[in-house]
Amino acid sequence: MTSNPHPISADLEATHLGKHYGAFAAVADLSFSVARGSFFSILGPSGCGKTTLLRMIAGFLIPDSGDIRIGNQSMKDVPPNRRPVNMVFQHLALFPMMSVGDNVGYGLARRGMAATEIKRRVGEMLERVSLPGAQEKRIDQLSGGQKQRVAIARSLVLEPTLLLLDEPLGALDLKLREHMKIELKQLQAAFGTTFVYITHDQSEALVMSDHVAVMNQGKFEQLGTPQALYYQPQTPFVAGFVGANNRIQGRVTQENGKAVTLASSAGLVLQASAMGSLKTGDQVEAFVRPEVASISRDPDTFKALGHPSYRGKVESILFDGANSAVLLREEASHVEFRIALPQTGQLADLAVGETVNFGFDPQRTVCFAAPAKSVDHGH
Amino acid sequence: MATEPNSSGGLQAKLLFALLLAPALIWLVLLLLLPHLELGVLSMRVRVAPRVYEPSLSQYATFFNEPLYWHTFVRTAGMSIVSTALTLLVAFPIAWTIAKIARGRTKSMMFVLCLIPFWVSETVRALGWMILLRESGVLPGLLVSLGLTAQPIELLYHDATILVGLVYTSMLFMVVPLIGALESLDDSLIEAAYDLGGSGWSILRQIIIPHAAPGIVSGCIVVFMLTVGNYLTPTLLGGKSSQWFTEQIYTQFITRFNWEQGAAFGFLLLVLSTAIVWLGLKLSGQKFGEVMQRS
Repeated sequence: MTSNPHPISADLEATHLGKHYGAFAAVADLSFSVARGSFFSILGPSGCGKTTLLRMIAGFLIPDSGDIRIGNQSMKDVPPNRRPVNMVFQHLALFPMMSVGDNVGYGLARRGMAATEIKRRVGEMLERVSLPGAQEKRIDQLSGGQKQRVAIARSLVLEPTLLLLDEPLGALDLKLREHMKIELKQLQAAFGTTFVYITHDQSEALVMSDHVAVMNQGKFEQLGTPQALYYQPQTPFVAGFVGANNRIQGRVTQENGKAVTLASSAGLVLQASAMGSLKTGDQVEAFVRPEVASISRDPDTFKALGHPSYRGKVESILFDGANSAVLLREEASHVEFRIALPQTGQLADLAVGETVNFGFDPQRTVCFAAPAKSVDHGH
Repeated sequence: MATEPNSSGGLQAKLLFALLLAPALIWLVLLLLLPHLELGVLSMRVRVAPRVYEPSLSQYATFFNEPLYWHTFVRTAGMSIVSTALTLLVAFPIAWTIAKIARGRTKSMMFVLCLIPFWVSETVRALGWMILLRESGVLPGLLVSLGLTAQPIELLYHDATILVGLVYTSMLFMVVPLIGALESLDDSLIEAAYDLGGSGWSILRQIIIPHAAPGIVSGCIVVFMLTVGNYLTPTLLGGKSSQWFTEQIYTQFITRFNWEQGAAFGFLLLVLSTAIVWLGLKLSGQKFGEVMQRS
């Protein structure tokens, strides 16, 4: 089934893929490929077209244009039940009228495999997903995490070229979701199957994936490793969507190659590193990550580093262990900043209402041309 | 609220519960339990002289000794089972369309179309069939004018005619529980089965029917009960050849004025339908309580 005589590097290839609903382009002229054995995520807000894309790959929707190749085979006119692709559904869609064993064996039985062989493979698969001997259990006897594993086992037992996952962690509570992220990544590594995962949760995408495509309005904004998306966002959308970010809108007042100075309408002046070519007078958006900025009671800290510094009044302290942050307002312009608290505990005595110094590295502050309003609102 | 003693609240709740239950209880006792007790007593006595009765099982003996009676009995059961099965076959695609395919206005329109025939009484509906099917009626006339038959043929008074009438009368009672059962089926289960390699037939057999089973069984029970106890449709559409068991009961009570025999027949019909429903539940592995909750 998956054995292919021709060694190929891409398990999934889409070329100029498009799907329109009336004038609305759910997926617009998309081309990409997913390397064999990799964990590929499509990250985007709801309504960005990621579900449409996934359903086209699975075969439930027919694209208006372009082609999908899976394992180097064109999927044109191939129905879902004949594609070497299986899907883990958002709400898992386990068959409640069947036992765990029958759920996992369903696809094998449809292929006309002998009952004894099905039994052996189901047993093996359940062992691999750490559910040995669960064959006779009913679906409603399983916990949320166990259901996830059965849903994945049910698909992987068919040895698909590609496993599609449609936000399967969405219904789980936070703690289990954190656990399942790690488990899914480990399962993918253990089986070596190519996973295509769609989600709106950036943490899921960043933690699990080898490559992430950030999708917006039917297009990929950026495709790259999680690190690249986080540290080198190519578009303001990616900068705003992946990870927390402080966004400052303004106009370029001075430009010197990559280094630009911008001023917000409220009068905040800051230096940033330009992404793309920017000219003096351009409308821009700058992004400062909370962990890039730092707080100090001593104004000389930033002078020593050569970074500009500001003064701000602490408005609230958001204590969340390692993710703690402070919300403060810059004194002159009243622009709000979210700044991560150092984990060393040295500012643990910070109080609301206190005025402190803060600053950030202009090299790590990215600045983009502001998106035109018409694009921003789309359809 | 906190100061109110618990026992008083409990008493009030019990009283309210009893009051809400009262109409149903009165209905059950007055219209079902008492008449059946009376019928039971009637069926187990025999008139030996005017106004002189003796306990006896001879009414039941008559049923078994007289072939006409138990032939009619078996025929009614068989026809009712066939009619129920046909109703299920016809209603399932309709319910599927309404529950899974139609959306918004179309959905409610289709449901109303199923409901509309029931605004007209069963008698009028049966008479409608008679106007269509009798020898001088619309359909035989149409067949002649199309040259399909040389002369008008009598389409009434056949078993098929009775079945058509019964299926038509029972449709809604099958469609409604089926819609309920099918609507509660998550579409992603069907997609998942399809994705895992299932074909249309295997999905129907392994996913859809097991899910809809309580709805199917409850629809079948209701339709079977209505059919086996129907009097009007078999009599009007089948005429003398209908041989429906309810007609035997009617004859005993009204024509022969033999209430004892009629009561015995009534009891036998009750036993028959109960036995068949029980058998149906056993065969489909469903539980009566669960099935009735779903409908």
